[in-house]
Amino acid sequence: MRNDYELVVGLEVHAELATKAKIFCSCPVTFGAEPNTVCCPVCMGLPGALPVLNQAVIEYAIRAGLATGCEIARVSRMDRKNYFYPDLPKAYQISQYDTPLCFGGSLTVDTEAGEKRIGITRIHIEEDAGKLIHDKDAQTLLDGNRCGIPLIEIVSEPDIRSAAEAKAYLQALRSILLYTGVSDCRMNEGSFRCDVNLSVRKKGETAFGTRTELKNLNSFSFAVKAIEAEFQRQVMLLESGGQIRQETLRFDPVTGKVYPMRSKENARDYRYFPDPDLPPFSISDEQIAHNRRLLPRLPRERQRMYREEYGIPAAEAALLTSDRAMADCFEAAAAQTSYPRILANLFLTELLRLQSADAFVCPISPDHLASLADLAGSRALGSSNIKKLLGLLWERDDDPKRLAEEQKLTQIGDPARLLPIVKEAIADSPRSVADYRSGKTAAARAILGRIMALTQGRADPMLAAELLERELNHNITQ
Amino acid sequence: MAELFERSLAEHAAALANREYSARELTAALLRHIEQTDPVIGAYLEVTASAALRAAEESDRRRAADVSLGLLDGIPFAVKDNLCTKNIPTTCGSRMLEGYRPPYDATVIERLYRAGAVLLGKLNMDEFGMGSSTEHSAYQPTRNPHDPTRIPGGSSGGSAAAVAAGEAVFALGSDTGGSVRQPAAFCGVVGMKPTYGAVSRYGLVAFASSLDQVGPLSRTVRDNAVILSCLVGKDPKDATSLAHPCTDLSAKLGSSVKGLRLGLPKECLGEELCPAIRQATETAAARLERMGVRLVPVSLPSIEPALAAYYILSAAEASSNLARFDGIRYGHRAERYDTLEELYRRSRSEGFGNEVKRRILLGTFALSDGFYESYYKKALSVRSLLRRELDTLWRECDALLCPTAPTLPRRFSERSEDPTSAYYGDIYTVPASLCGAPALSLPCGTADGLPIGLQLIGKDFSEPLLYRLGEALEQVTETKEVCR
Repeated sequence: MRNDYELVVGLEVHAELATKAKIFCSCPVTFGAEPNTVCCPVCMGLPGALPVLNQAVIEYAIRAGLATGCEIARVSRMDRKNYFYPDLPKAYQISQYDTPLCFGGSLTVDTEAGEKRIGITRIHIEEDAGKLIHDKDAQTLLDGNRCGIPLIEIVSEPDIRSAAEAKAYLQALRSILLYTGVSDCRMNEGSFRCDVNLSVRKKGETAFGTRTELKNLNSFSFAVKAIEAEFQRQVMLLESGGQIRQETLRFDPVTGKVYPMRSKENARDYRYFPDPDLPPFSISDEQIAHNRRLLPRLPRERQRMYREEYGIPAAEAALLTSDRAMADCFEAAAAQTSYPRILANLFLTELLRLQSADAFVCPISPDHLASLADLAGSRALGSSNIKKLLGLLWERDDDPKRLAEEQKLTQIGDPARLLPIVKEAIADSPRSVADYRSGKTAAARAILGRIMALTQGRADPMLAAELLERELNHNITQ
Repeated sequence: MAELFERSLAEHAAALANREYSARELTAALLRHIEQTDPVIGAYLEVTASAALRAAEESDRRRAADVSLGLLDGIPFAVKDNLCTKNIPTTCGSRMLEGYRPPYDATVIERLYRAGAVLLGKLNMDEFGMGSSTEHSAYQPTRNPHDPTRIPGGSSGGSAAAVAAGEAVFALGSDTGGSVRQPAAFCGVVGMKPTYGAVSRYGLVAFASSLDQVGPLSRTVRDNAVILSCLVGKDPKDATSLAHPCTDLSAKLGSSVKGLRLGLPKECLGEELCPAIRQATETAAARLERMGVRLVPVSLPSIEPALAAYYILSAAEASSNLARFDGIRYGHRAERYDTLEELYRRSRSEGFGNEVKRRILLGTFALSDGFYESYYKKALSVRSLLRRELDTLWRECDALLCPTAPTLPRRFSERSEDPTSAYYGDIYTVPASLCGAPALSLPCGTADGLPIGLQLIGKDFSEPLLYRLGEALEQVTETKEVCR
């Protein structure tokens, strides 16, 4: 019966902007400070205090809009959304109602059925509320540090048809916000949160069902689980003859169930009206062009390039672009090497293994990484020595070629240099030569071992084997 | 020479400069006068005597060291109690903010401190600026110094009464729909509502943000220009503030008014106007005409709907501005409550007076889903219409002349039960508020010993012109004595 129903989901994502200052005052944007130490009369909404819009917030939001294909409003303004709640010091949130800064964009995500476009209705700017702390004595305390942290709210069209698509959309959106530097999207710190609007309908129907809203999901996996749980609940309810109520729900990750949220609802009237403290503002062509110039190339575009220009498989391309710093570093190195696939392999195995922080860091310069890939690609170094060299470079960045020579890590791949050593090994191993000639070809391995010993492992193993075989057979025919 | 407390700012500034008396002597004299007079007048909610004496002594030290800060250095003043003063109670005339001490100074207070002015205390007002009689103060009535049985006007009634009674050399008020001008008229002092944006609102506890302006009340037009010059300017903390094209608003005082065109809106001289006020207005117009001013009969047909629009817009903004007084972080909190909802309901029911509640309800209604279009939106259209009418008038005239209020100050006992008839008293002051235009009220004669106020309205940033016309008129009008 589940299969008779289609899921319809639209997402509202709140992302904190990575601006230096809050949206309406000069308090810094921070996380984890002592409660009520990063707030002032303005963000606490004290009587007489007035908001002044931080211009950087507009610029950041424009960038988010351009990166998601939105149009940018030429004239916009701030509105007041009125409601009482103890975490909202002014009893209204300064937000945007009917003049969102960005509108009409979309994101493309990969689904099982291929690429899918998910519409973005609007992106608007607003202020965050404070944080309520419920302490052990059943008291509720207010931390105003979060008051006035700038947010963008990104509202999608109801284009999402599965929990997997929702997850893909969230991942794509997060990655774009990270790439553009608009938000640091730390989900555990609440700087990237998601509300889900969900309804179901019989397959083939075109009208939407009654929707419910799931609030404040702060991880991808909670969002997926919440969507699945609420889909199940709505289908069961309809199948048993019930009706969906338009309401706001809370998902409990412990029980895996949704619960109605207390009070808040009954179709609130927020009495939106233009905030008279903040004059309307206009956005110029130059401003838009300027922000467009600041946009980095985005993950999907980079992945295509990696596939088409470097022949890197799609899965690896996706991994390489999962972090902008890694992708930037990779691209800078890839431009200088003839072996981009080997370079990609170095990134996804060795360099990833050496990471310890959240953000990708690499102390080795891109041109040195390119040389390293060249050394590996030209077989100047064996794979174990490549690892060893990379380890040394990580400790102290240097020219890999020089360091490899200095550490005697380069492979002996020149036949003219290797041949005398092969001959010496043959001369050193009369028994093995005799065994070989009597038909025990496995005896060649012992001589190969001798070659490696003589070169401290630097002989190109394939070339050494080739030369050895030729020498041994050559002497027979003589 | 008049008694010390009867003198103008200009007279005090000259006396201080000539070392006739010190700022400390002046301040102490005014504090004594407040002690004697204010039990009757009731203008002050808080007198900051010791801080005032300290500030005055500092001013004297500056003067002794020859580093005086200018005309305002050492001049004692007081401010309406909706201007935030650091660590000094700021109640807005409301129980809701009883004992509330802001952690910061309003920008206008900072500016006056920087000019060396000496704060004497905080002045009574209608609760949150809502009212025209100061009877809506939660604390005390303020009496009109010209007749203590009568109201001083409002909402800046404390400011006007303090200046009229000589309890401050000047005062600051705030004007949303006439709250500086009408009490100035009722108390026989000069009151200016500057161009919207000319003076920072940072630290002015908001009533209706798109209308509120801080303005000075003083004994003379020149004093007013000097004070306002200190207040104007772009404030980075107020996004609606604007740089004033003119920094010295008194510079044009004394130059001829000949050839200026003065519009007389016929709607402001109608049947309902008190005859004495009409006569005072006509006399003033005639006097100006004799100085070479050209009188132009004009019309402002939207003045009636503008009053309704004002009450909708100001109440709508107030309903949102006053929502922050919820008993959570500061101000009055009900003692008994079981739920959050009850905490809000009780705290607000107990903390706000009836007039404030009436406006919050009116404004909430006007913004509600289903009524927004027919009330709030409609009121905005009326506001635009009025602006266009006024803009058209500026083609034919340089300023408008009309009464400040349609009546003389009434007795306390004549209080009307009907709030809408009280609202009607704002009919002449509201147009300038809705259009953001500057408007000056100045005394122009008396009737039965009660002052009559006249209003000059100009285009945006025309304060120097209004002061010039005002001073010309002031000089040919019978001087008004300070009442005791």
